[in-house]
Amino acid sequence: MSLALYRIDDRLIHGQVVVGWGQPLHVSFIVLVDDEVSSSDWEQDLYRMGVPPQIEVIFASVDQAAQLFSTWQTDERVGILLVGDIDTAVALAARVPQVRRFNVGGVHHRTGRKERLRFVYLTDDEAAKLRDLAARGVDVTAQDVPTARAVPIGEFT
Amino acid sequence: MSDLRGIIVTHAAVAQALVAAVGAITGVQDALSGVSNEGCGTDELAERLRQAIGDGPAVLFVDLPGGSCFTSSVRYAKQHAEIAVVTGVNLAMLLDFVFHRDNSPAEAARRAVDAGAKAIRVTGAA
Repeated sequence: MSLALYRIDDRLIHGQVVVGWGQPLHVSFIVLVDDEVSSSDWEQDLYRMGVPPQIEVIFASVDQAAQLFSTWQTDERVGILLVGDIDTAVALAARVPQVRRFNVGGVHHRTGRKERLRFVYLTDDEAAKLRDLAARGVDVTAQDVPTARAVPIGEFT
Repeated sequence: MSDLRGIIVTHAAVAQALVAAVGAITGVQDALSGVSNEGCGTDELAERLRQAIGDGPAVLFVDLPGGSCFTSSVRYAKQHAEIAVVTGVNLAMLLDFVFHRDNSPAEAARRAVDAGAKAIRVTGAA
């Protein structure tokens, strides 16, 4: 079954991911790719606390993710891969050509960002990076929860 | 010591509703504030927390033991003294809390957890 969802969400592990997507997809593992979190035991404990014990949480830097990706892809369980920002998504896609899609699930307001959707705020630079990903064949859509419509990239960048 | 405050941190409008319910039941209006994570990334939720908490000692009452409300609250507590975090907020623990704020945040948090847990039970089952 392998990785069923590749998600960009600045809240990383939270309810929408664990329950909203995790339940209907029957997720058994979550891979959190983030250079900062992967180097902090304390942050890892914090994120693990939000996940029921039957779901495994794997923390990886972008470098580690590039090395371990094939093991996740061939895992017989269903998993979700999470990144917290567009730069990490771009870096991962550059290192791992098998990453063919991204779900923009939550990128929130910050100085310099403009509202694109209720749950997506992007700087012009971030929007350009997403369009560039799409131009290279990665399917980029925005969707916060499974019951919502997957908004095509042309409608929010 | 009665300046110990409770900050309720939840999804959607749960926090504001709990603040209103405690006010309606007790008449105490100044003990609690509500913070919602609606539309917030990590940075903005941290800012909402900072504004709601101010300088004083506080207990943060969070809805779930995981998720953005929880991670932001624990992160805040790690960076500031005199902040305790309680998860699984319910009305019973808040009603007890507002009348027992002459405690340290840690003690008030333990007490609130006791009161909240006692309110959770099965009744009326045959």
